[in-house]
Amino acid sequence: MEFLRDPISFIGNWLEGLLLGWKMAPSAATALIQLLGAFIVGTFSLALVIFTIWVERKLYARIQDRLGPNRVGPWGIFQTFPDMIKIFTKEYITPDGADKVVYNLAPILTVSAVILLWAVIPFARTVVGSDVNVGVLYIVAVGAIGTLGIIMAGWSSNNKYALFGAFRTISQMVSYEVPMVLALLVPVLLGRTMGINSLVEAQTVWFAVLSPLAALLFFFSAQAEIGRAPFDLLEAESELVAGYQTEYSGLKFGMFYVGEFLHAFTVSALTASLFLGGWRGPGAEQWPILGMAYFFVKTFIVYFFVIVLRITMPRLRIDQMLNFNWKFLTPVALVLLIATALVEKGLQLVGQDSMVLRTVVHLGMNLLIVWGTVEILRRSARKERQRVSEPRPVAIAPQTQASD
Amino acid sequence: MDPLQIIFFIFAVITLVAAFLVVTAKSLVHSALWLILALFGVAVLYVLLDAGFFAAAQVLIYIGAIAILFIFAVMLTRKDLRDAGSQQNGTWPLAAVLAVVLFAGLFFILSSWSSFGMPKPDMPAGANALSDLGLALVSANAYLLPFELASVLLVAAMIGAIYVSLIKK
Repeated sequence: MEFLRDPISFIGNWLEGLLLGWKMAPSAATALIQLLGAFIVGTFSLALVIFTIWVERKLYARIQDRLGPNRVGPWGIFQTFPDMIKIFTKEYITPDGADKVVYNLAPILTVSAVILLWAVIPFARTVVGSDVNVGVLYIVAVGAIGTLGIIMAGWSSNNKYALFGAFRTISQMVSYEVPMVLALLVPVLLGRTMGINSLVEAQTVWFAVLSPLAALLFFFSAQAEIGRAPFDLLEAESELVAGYQTEYSGLKFGMFYVGEFLHAFTVSALTASLFLGGWRGPGAEQWPILGMAYFFVKTFIVYFFVIVLRITMPRLRIDQMLNFNWKFLTPVALVLLIATALVEKGLQLVGQDSMVLRTVVHLGMNLLIVWGTVEILRRSARKERQRVSEPRPVAIAPQTQASD
Repeated sequence: MDPLQIIFFIFAVITLVAAFLVVTAKSLVHSALWLILALFGVAVLYVLLDAGFFAAAQVLIYIGAIAILFIFAVMLTRKDLRDAGSQQNGTWPLAAVLAVVLFAGLFFILSSWSSFGMPKPDMPAGANALSDLGLALVSANAYLLPFELASVLLVAAMIGAIYVSLIKK
């Protein structure tokens, strides 16, 4: 019964008892179990990619009116395994003049930056890798390591297209980090903590209800952070061959590929944890295994939208992408953050701390900001339409001017 | 030996070796990458001291912002950033003596400190270093003035950067 209620903690406790029974020092036993836990979480997240690649390909195919993978296993569910075997057997090519160590280190860093994120994601109340009290900051910090991996890949490949791809990566990922961090601060303000698990526990009302704008801002800037359509300018094949991963082959390319798919799923998990209540749900406090189920259901719902966004949106131009960030997402995020802070402090000063009132006030404030934003956008669009519809000055050839 | 001590020794060695290679690496990009490893080693030391906030801030600011901008600037210049000549000039013995004296002086001062060689005390139960830090930054008795001054300085730097990059019409 205890096992069914909370299998992971049960196994952890059993293992600790076993190791202590073998006369192991308590600190060594803790270290060994933590190492084992890290290994399991990392392997689990990588194994999950095998499934999510299939989900994504299948959905991709259905939206494009194709069948998708359908040969290996029922509904083609094992298609990824032959693909894996194929990629294992491919040749590794290192370009001439490449910086070998940096070149080989880059894919490892990119994947490990994504796997590191799983350390703080709470699967259930008791099942969390490491409940650090600066979880939100940790997420942002780990994202920086991913950027580093991509720059290293671009620089060490000794290829101009790869270097251009890396330049774009920096301008994109560093810019989109700004609204993402600002949007992440809203749940921190609302939950009054920075630990991811405590933030989940604080969501008696989902933060997506309290602050839908923050959830959307995080979702969109995280899409750019992953670097896939509509923000896949890092590897725009019509312009840059394949961007920073041009020179990579075999499993080294596979690492980037896995890193991208895993990052998409990880961002969905983060959105579900930070804004959609994570493992919260009826009975999840007493039955952590139920919490895990809720967490994965929510994550897959968000992941579905991530995939649909990727499939249905055309690629943005680089100036559109940067304008969207600096002229739209960042100002909205700044206004939202300041307004949320003022509202929270105001409610605290008045002494009204009931959840219903907080929800209503925050939701109203969010809707007000949305209304204001839409109004400003409409005005600028009207101005733009006027400018376009005005008669344009026509270039006159010099000799016609001279004749009259 | 305690597992934490083993981790400390591993990362102390990594940090020192990386810091040494920062100044001896021939290529400038390699120097930057070694610098990142050294900074990361320091972040691990912060974690071992139960200062998670400093560790995350270290990775975020030094690796995520400063080192990446550094690499970016280096990449914009020519590809192979190696100086052809020798890396040392005639004054290196003097520099070595100065470095040894500085290290010995610091070691001497630190070893006369009362808590030198003391094991790390456990955090009292219920202590929240993170909120203590936050409160200290905004309390008038602690660090409010330096904190506000730093904010004003950063805003001034930001406005300055915008002004410098504006295209004059």
